[in-house]
Amino acid sequence: MSLGPKSKIFLEQAGYRQRRVRDAVRLLPLLGIVLLSIPLLWPRLEPPEAYSSGALVYIFGVWVALIAISAFLSRTMHADDDEAAPKGGSDA
Amino acid sequence: MPMTMKPRQRVDLMLSFNLVITISLCYVAILFMVAFLAERRATMGNATWLYSPLIYTLSLSIYCTAWTFYGAVGYAARSGLEFATIYLGPTLVMIGWWWILRKLVRIGRAHRITSIADLVSSRFGKSTTLGMIVTLISVVAATPYIALQLQSVTLSFSVFAQSNGQVWHQADLNATAMWVAMGLVVFTVLFGTRNLDANERHHGIVMAIAVEAVVKLLALLAVGVFVVWGIAGGPTEMLARIDNSSITLWDHNGGRWISLLFLSAAAFICLPRMFQVLVVENADERHLAIASWAFPGYLLLMSLFVVPIAVIGLDLLPTGSNPDLFVLTIPLSEGQNGLAMLSFLGGFSSATSMVMVATIALATMVSNHIVVPIWLSMRPNQQAVISGDIRHVILLARRLSIAGVLFLGFIYYRLSGGGAALAAIGLVSFSGAVQILPAMLGGIFWRGATRIGAAAGLSVGLVLWLWTLFLPSFGADAVISQAVFDHGPFGWTWLRPQALFGIGGLDPLVHGIFWSMLLNTGTFLVGSLVSFPKPLERLQGAQFVNVFEHSAAAPAWTNAAAGAEDLLIMAQRIMGSTDAQAIFEREATRQGKKGYLPEVTPAFVELLERELAGSVGAATAHAMVGQLIGGSGVSVEDLIAVADEAAQILEYSSRLEAKSNEQEQTARALRDANAKLTALSIQKDAFLSQISHELRTPMTSIRSFSDILRDGEMTDAEQKRYSGIIHDEAIRLTRLLDDLLDLSVLENGQVMLNEQSGSLSELLDRAIGAAGLLNSDLVILRAPEVANVTIKTDLDRLVQVFINLIANARKYCDARHPRLRISVHDRGSHYYIDFVDNGSGIAFDNQQLIFEKFSRLSDGAKAGGAGLGLAICREIMRRLGGDITYLPGQYGTAFRLRLPKKRVPHALAQT
Amino acid sequence: MGKRVLLIEDEPNILEAISFILSRDGWTVHTHEDGETAMKKVEGFPPDMIILDVMLPGRSGFDILRDLRASEITKDIPVMMLTARGQEKDRELALRLGANHFMTKPFSNAEVRDHVKELMGA
Repeated sequence: MSLGPKSKIFLEQAGYRQRRVRDAVRLLPLLGIVLLSIPLLWPRLEPPEAYSSGALVYIFGVWVALIAISAFLSRTMHADDDEAAPKGGSDA
Repeated sequence: MPMTMKPRQRVDLMLSFNLVITISLCYVAILFMVAFLAERRATMGNATWLYSPLIYTLSLSIYCTAWTFYGAVGYAARSGLEFATIYLGPTLVMIGWWWILRKLVRIGRAHRITSIADLVSSRFGKSTTLGMIVTLISVVAATPYIALQLQSVTLSFSVFAQSNGQVWHQADLNATAMWVAMGLVVFTVLFGTRNLDANERHHGIVMAIAVEAVVKLLALLAVGVFVVWGIAGGPTEMLARIDNSSITLWDHNGGRWISLLFLSAAAFICLPRMFQVLVVENADERHLAIASWAFPGYLLLMSLFVVPIAVIGLDLLPTGSNPDLFVLTIPLSEGQNGLAMLSFLGGFSSATSMVMVATIALATMVSNHIVVPIWLSMRPNQQAVISGDIRHVILLARRLSIAGVLFLGFIYYRLSGGGAALAAIGLVSFSGAVQILPAMLGGIFWRGATRIGAAAGLSVGLVLWLWTLFLPSFGADAVISQAVFDHGPFGWTWLRPQALFGIGGLDPLVHGIFWSMLLNTGTFLVGSLVSFPKPLERLQGAQFVNVFEHSAAAPAWTNAAAGAEDLLIMAQRIMGSTDAQAIFEREATRQGKKGYLPEVTPAFVELLERELAGSVGAATAHAMVGQLIGGSGVSVEDLIAVADEAAQILEYSSRLEAKSNEQEQTARALRDANAKLTALSIQKDAFLSQISHELRTPMTSIRSFSDILRDGEMTDAEQKRYSGIIHDEAIRLTRLLDDLLDLSVLENGQVMLNEQSGSLSELLDRAIGAAGLLNSDLVILRAPEVANVTIKTDLDRLVQVFINLIANARKYCDARHPRLRISVHDRGSHYYIDFVDNGSGIAFDNQQLIFEKFSRLSDGAKAGGAGLGLAICREIMRRLGGDITYLPGQYGTAFRLRLPKKRVPHALAQT
Repeated sequence: MGKRVLLIEDEPNILEAISFILSRDGWTVHTHEDGETAMKKVEGFPPDMIILDVMLPGRSGFDILRDLRASEITKDIPVMMLTARGQEKDRELALRLGANHFMTKPFSNAEVRDHVKELMGA
């Protein structure tokens, strides 16, 4: 380790950020559950078909959002993972 | 992209049924090639692209079976948006991969897990019973699902046949199903059981299903694009048609919505085939991070056009058409034969890839957890187990299991008549697989989970699932009679399959999932709380739950030498380095290699396991070698962790033993006292051996360092230092001999006392000067009275005592600022001279001991110099008519000299 | 080679001498001077071989040897015992307790090196 004190501080901050990113990854499915349950709170309409395309757009919208957030988080986390876990595939 | 599709009337090019067959066979041939090439690349070792996150993500797509490809549209046509739960559940699991999947993958790699049954079994102490239960659940749950795939392929063939004007009878369908099943057996056996390969990876199969994943996605997207842009005329028009359609997209059924989200999420990790691709075939943990969004993306795309296709199908096709086949029948009815063919291949891909992976996963489980244990137990001789041809047995078992599983699926297909709606069977199958969830999650997150709890929970779950979901799925009067549905078995209404405990009115699926999961989990928890795990269970539990602490990073299993080294480390730990190295070296020599690391051949592993069994018992040896057998290694930390746990358990049991023996300690104390008396009689012996020790110690240093000096080759500084040591040790030896001589003279009373008068202050000055305080922090404080005391005795001898006491304080006073306080008291006929330092003092037990010759103190301090100093002091003081005692209670080491003002004459005559 | 030898001996000069000659042969030498805490040291970081003095402050080398042989972790580590008392019964006791070799001080350096090499299986 030939890191000066300065880069250590930087690592500390990066480490902190990584932890919060992990927290976010952990929380994401909960967010998903909440968002996907919200339609259950919608008022009941007569006839029920009235929700048709609206419901479709909502569900797929939530879906797209979850994927986008997950992609963002996993990309943010990926760099750190590379450093934290020694490379697996380095052949002798 | 097939964007240019416009309705084209090309009746002359109507797909002939034979053409469909030909194209399917070509497609299979291409898959065959792909699998073969991937397999070859992998064996040649240059297949890094096989381990890409893309391939991993695509291989997960076997979640989307023919049930998705055909069934999702039918599902949407019947129940609206509810179909999406089947894909939203896995989405939630994937985006929350940090919770469960990461741990599963890590455990899977660290413990060489081969299937979900293996996971549960090995977590709960390599339990054969649990492996069997999980395998049973999985096979029963998967069979209808495999039947479903056969059915969908068969149906899709028949659609083409019928569009050609042929009329298919049941016999044709059956024959097709049989041919498809047989083809799948051949393909799966060829690529699924080529060898008992490293950690059960199947490169060929994985590559083939990745290709199929692309085909089915493209096919479904093509049909979707055709429907939205080709038929509806664009997204806006499509949404309008959806609003006008008779499908109820959202019906507010919260129970089903939440239950199905849970069900599909749980099934995603519990289905044997999903576990296979998620965990077993995972090549790199980091792929999870990418798959966490890429796979939900895949699912989204697969679901995107489901509702439009359903809506258009209901609008376009005659009422009564099977919505499960809209994906195929819409293009056909529009004359889009090419699109129909693509769609057919998509469905074919979905079905075949699922069946291949599912049968591999199930066959692995069936052979490892049912066939092989039974085969082993039928063997009378345990030796044959390890030395025999177990590999052939396993391979054969696996091949037969693949055929068997597909045969079961075929039988189910024949029996069920192939009529039921696809989605219904899919959900029943899911809810069966999900029964494994409590034992699995409990096992990896809770150390207290036990084998008994898991077995009880799984059994309860299995029985309830069979009773409330599986058997009723055949319909009333098929397996369960209508009377039982209405009134329960034997008239016990609380056992009605769809209204347990009298709670009716629930959706049957929600009802079944609720009760089976609730009672399964409850039984598992209670069973775990009240039972006690076996040691191996506890070891495995700790390893699984704390998998991240034990294996910091997932190691790569690349070269066999690493495996050999790990085996050697483990073997050394178990049987000792000499024996272990001998075994390894012998094997290496036999293989014509040098050193200690032979190739890890099966024969060698068998040999090693046998050797290890001699040390740790067969079960543990098997477990430990089993972890390493895949040409790869458990990390050393893991093994140390195992060893630590084992040591703890040993310690625990021996402590229990100690407690029960408490009364015996009194008796032992008496025995000890007796032994001490005996020891006194051999003290002379001991003295000689002590002298020997004290003489030999400096001699050792002298001899060793002179050897070193003679060898040469060292720096000047070293040379100087080592000569210095030799010099010091020589002096020490000389002094020791002087002391011995002195002591023996004193003891024999041959000493001539030279009586003189002198002031105590002067004597102390002399002693301090001679005690070598030059490089010492020791501060000497003299009480004022000292100055006024004059003593008449043998002054040289007295100074010798002073020197000894001061030198002792210098060497052994352990205070930060060592001080030695010297005071004198006039007690009539005697002077009491006290030497008190501020160190930690001498323990009560040792206060008498220190005056013995060569006494060594158990608190880590050594007696002065050679251990003769205080013995000499005592001898001198006695000669001088006085005494030396240890003075307790002074917050430091304290000696009191008692010196007569006038020497008692007869003291000399005493001896 | 770099295999680890743990040297448990309270006499600093002997410690230094043996460390020197074994390090020179390429072994990694760890040292420990106290009998009381020796077991902890060994179990915490099991070496490939132990050189154990009999006369130690705290606990005798025999006690430690007995513990070494009783512990799952350490029972197979080769142990060479050193003593300066040179009594035959000590040798017998050491071998009975499971020492792999027993050496009386003073010894020649060659003797130490040969026996270490032999016990390491090199």
